[in-house]
Amino acid sequence: MAITMTKGQTGLTGNAAIAIAMKQIDPDVCAAYPITPSTAVIEDFSSFVADGKVTTELITVESEHSAMSACIGASAAGARVMTATSSQGLALMWEMLYIASGMRLPIILTNVNRALSAPINIHCDHSDSMGARDAGWIQLYSETVQEAYDNLIQAVRIAEDKNVLLPAMVCFDGFITSHAIENITLLEDEEVKKFVGEYRADRYLLDTDRPSTYGAMSLPDVYIEFKHQQSQAMAGAKDVVVEIGKEFGRKFGRTYGLFDSYRLEDAETAIVILNSAAGTTKVAVDELRKQGKKVGALRPRLFRPFPFKEIAGELSHVKAVAVLDRVDSMSGFGGPLFNEVRSALYDNEKRPRVFSRIYGLGGRDYKVKDALGVFGELEKVVETGKVETLQKYITL
Amino acid sequence: MENYIEIRWHGRAQQGVVTAAKVLSEACLMSGKFVQAFPEFGPERMGAPVRAYNRISGEPIRLHCQVTEPGYVLIADPTLITAVNLTEGALENAVFIINTSKGAKELRAELGLNGKKALVYTLDATKISVETIGRVMPNTPMLGALAKVSAFVTLDSLIDNFKENYAKKFSPKVIEGNVAAMNRGYAEVKGE
Repeated sequence: MAITMTKGQTGLTGNAAIAIAMKQIDPDVCAAYPITPSTAVIEDFSSFVADGKVTTELITVESEHSAMSACIGASAAGARVMTATSSQGLALMWEMLYIASGMRLPIILTNVNRALSAPINIHCDHSDSMGARDAGWIQLYSETVQEAYDNLIQAVRIAEDKNVLLPAMVCFDGFITSHAIENITLLEDEEVKKFVGEYRADRYLLDTDRPSTYGAMSLPDVYIEFKHQQSQAMAGAKDVVVEIGKEFGRKFGRTYGLFDSYRLEDAETAIVILNSAAGTTKVAVDELRKQGKKVGALRPRLFRPFPFKEIAGELSHVKAVAVLDRVDSMSGFGGPLFNEVRSALYDNEKRPRVFSRIYGLGGRDYKVKDALGVFGELEKVVETGKVETLQKYITL
Repeated sequence: MENYIEIRWHGRAQQGVVTAAKVLSEACLMSGKFVQAFPEFGPERMGAPVRAYNRISGEPIRLHCQVTEPGYVLIADPTLITAVNLTEGALENAVFIINTSKGAKELRAELGLNGKKALVYTLDATKISVETIGRVMPNTPMLGALAKVSAFVTLDSLIDNFKENYAKKFSPKVIEGNVAAMNRGYAEVKGE
């Protein structure tokens, strides 16, 4: 068999790759309550625990609320902590998500994106993690199995950075990425171990020499200062994400930034879209480029903190932008990504026309033809200078 | 459009089509290809119709949508012909491989492909699997048949991958049975 460019690669599902990353990171504690489509993450990882491949204490709890509660307790005690969930599971963690971020605990959560009930649906959309977008967690989104794996490893460093100290969630698409086998290059165990390093919390509950209190009652005299510091840490996390993405690239050859920019240099129109659907969009971009059309795509990797300046800069020369959300925030004014991108563009001297399209809810397929349809609409906007339909659902 | 081979597997839950797609992707990956293998998930009931898909390419695969226009359609259970639209979306010159004791000519008619360009192949994968593996596992001989009628995967790569990646999971006897099943699938598939 010929030696080829896929040498050194293996085929793994997103869930299997995440479980392997967790094995390589070997956290102190993992508390989880498995849920479709992220079940296999904990299923695989619990085998690693049972086989003695990790030193992790696996806490099998009775709900996701308890999972996050146990993560918070362990993290406050000074442990490196990870968990995984989806959809209703993340929803049930809700109040605890805010406690994790407010207590500045660098917990790492894998969220395999799945639609929220009702009606009940197990397939992909982003309503779960987008609902948690204001919970004070760093959010990284991933296009492929490879990126999900790489993001999880980087998330540990980002969250634990002494200037950040915030929980982080790594998001990727349910079934489309979680259950699809794709080519992936794994790092050596030692490489991961060295990259993430040993976690030593500066302050922790069990430190009896330097006792500290977490999450105590704080009245109007100090509460706002806590939130101000948290807000500053979140804003500053952006630079750390860039630094860690570069370091990862230097060490392992795959560099990551705030977003993935595709053929945007001279683009007149662009689609902004998260996760796996960005790959399908890139295929559409190539199709149109072959016909001489100046089109491009932008896939935000970091959604929290939102890199508004950088994204506004990247799109500054584009004439019309379509922001595609795999979630409806039910605000009556487009999806959450649309709101962020459109708001980010407000300070530009020359603002592109921007419209919102909601696609793919509950796992509805998003195909190349759907992206081509949106580019067709964008072309019309450039021609007429007018956005006829500001927001609508596609892939219906 | 990028140069992909797209494959759709049809079977009933527990017949192993999801595993077949996985094994095929591993074999193609080992021989230097970029791959995707993914199942279609619905209600989980034993015997319910299921589909699984592959994309195989010489270049990194960026498409993340469903396979709706397959060039290869593999049907592990002939009773699906009256239950599911098996030719839906298939390319004009698609290759159909069906597990059946009947001949290709008969299956062409049953699938409504008379006068069409599509190529139809058949093999009795159920019988082969019972005789080699000792249980109904039609997916394994079908992989051998796919290697025979296609150019993108070889019998050697399927067998090498299986021996290498499944030695820990299965006993030597099971490995041997599966290899024999692939060989016989390769040898016994017939078509028109």
